Amino acid sequence: MPDRVGVSQRQIMNPDDIRRALARVSHEILERNRGARDVVLVGIYTRGVHLAHRLSRNLKEFEGGDVQVAALDINLYRDDLKNRSSPLVRPTTIPESIRGKRVVLVDDVLYTGRTVRAAMDALNDFGRADQIQLAILLDRGHRELPIRPDFVGQNVPTAPDEVVKVSLIETEGVDAVAIIRANTSADCRRKS
Amino acid sequence: MSLIGAMESAPVSDEMVVSEMPSRRHVLDLDDFSGTEITAVLDSAKGMAEVLGRDIKKVPALRGRVVVTLFYEASTRTRISFEEAGKVLSADVINMATSGSSVEKGESLLNTALTIQAMGIDTIVIRHPHSGAPYLLARHLDRVGIINAGDGMHAHPTQALLDLFTVREKLGSLKGRKIVIVGDVLHSRVARSNVWGFTKMGAEVVLCGPTTLLPLDLLGSDGGRIPSELASVKMVTDLDRAIEDADVVMALRLQEERQQGGFLPSLREYIRRWQVTETRLQRAKPGALVMHPGPMNEGIEISSSIAHGGSSVIEEQVTNGVAVRMALLYQIANRSS
Repeated sequence: MPDRVGVSQRQIMNPDDIRRALARVSHEILERNRGARDVVLVGIYTRGVHLAHRLSRNLKEFEGGDVQVAALDINLYRDDLKNRSSPLVRPTTIPESIRGKRVVLVDDVLYTGRTVRAAMDALNDFGRADQIQLAILLDRGHRELPIRPDFVGQNVPTAPDEVVKVSLIETEGVDAVAIIRANTSADCRRKS
Repeated sequence: MSLIGAMESAPVSDEMVVSEMPSRRHVLDLDDFSGTEITAVLDSAKGMAEVLGRDIKKVPALRGRVVVTLFYEASTRTRISFEEAGKVLSADVINMATSGSSVEKGESLLNTALTIQAMGIDTIVIRHPHSGAPYLLARHLDRVGIINAGDGMHAHPTQALLDLFTVREKLGSLKGRKIVIVGDVLHSRVARSNVWGFTKMGAEVVLCGPTTLLPLDLLGSDGGRIPSELASVKMVTDLDRAIEDADVVMALRLQEERQQGGFLPSLREYIRRWQVTETRLQRAKPGALVMHPGPMNEGIEISSSIAHGGSSVIEEQVTNGVAVRMALLYQIANRSS
């Protein structure tokens, strides 16, 4: 009998959920830092950058003032480069020294924590920030390093064989977060 | 491929496939690069160029990797360019010049390379006066990646890639551009690799020089087969005609030995008919770029005023060379053995 491998998908955040989560995260950033005067938002390519821009617009709307947004490519700092083909490296655009600033790293999903570890190493090469804080849209658990977020949009427990798919208007044309899993218990392999 | 243990920043792996560089073991010439792969290298070089602009020019990407530069020909800029590229990526770079090494005792190229491989070295960057030397190594070494830094008159792929990068950065695009390469094309590995590179990216290439210094085998007149991809390459002797509406004029170094070898009646005639000058450049498109792989013989293939004038991107070529070589080392030296 042929094995039927299906894929099931459940949506866990819709556009309004995402908007509200980002709004709350923005307020939390302002609360924690008592304003946004020395805050620099550093988004991790690719979706982290778009989210950082949205946070920046929120911060401006809520309290006025422009908050700088930078883009960070962590590919040159990864710890798994030997196991995969070289990912394309994009220019990191940290505009000026981060010395004395409070950097808020922004990413879409927090999983093992290795991306954030790489991002902190990268930031270190740009200077000594006063503080590094972490803002993420979704925490899916399964940390492999002692890394924790400061601002979280939503906590969603997941199984390791599930895939978290974040879509944003800027990249996929729609705002949504979905969890995808294969239906058969025997097969955890995904197309790469 | 299981996602367990993979880095999690992109939740769905589609994004990673599109933005990964194709896997490759060697960089021998551009004839086996697709246009897509060349674009990937140029995009990656842009990211690398940003690293070179930082205060601390160091990233850990190639930490623990060892790169050997094996230069059987004298070179300053290419060797230092590769060395810097490796070091910025935190690789350990060992420079081997052949004088003062066992090569003086008569050790063969292959044995030298096999010895290097046996030491666990990941990548060899080789420059050699014989065409095909890197291919010999690629055939016999099964654990080392080879990057060709210039072999005889055959190929200089990293120079062509940095030339492509320079033009793309300055003019925005490569497709449909008119590239005129003028000088001793026959003996030039730079010209040959550029012919491949620019043609693959959809540019129009015109080779110009004295008949004695043009690769007439490209015309197929000696019964040789022209690769179909190169069928659009033109060869002319009249520079004033060729340079009309050119987007890029690339001057090649004229070695003084050529005059002794009977390829030229006199340097004066060469200068009069093929030197890249202000007057000639007027006929090119406004904003046309002047390029040269270096080192220049100012006053021979290129006038001093042009070489240091506003159209010249010769210095940028050198800067871009490091970024492009970083992109290649990042792609090649990363493979696990």
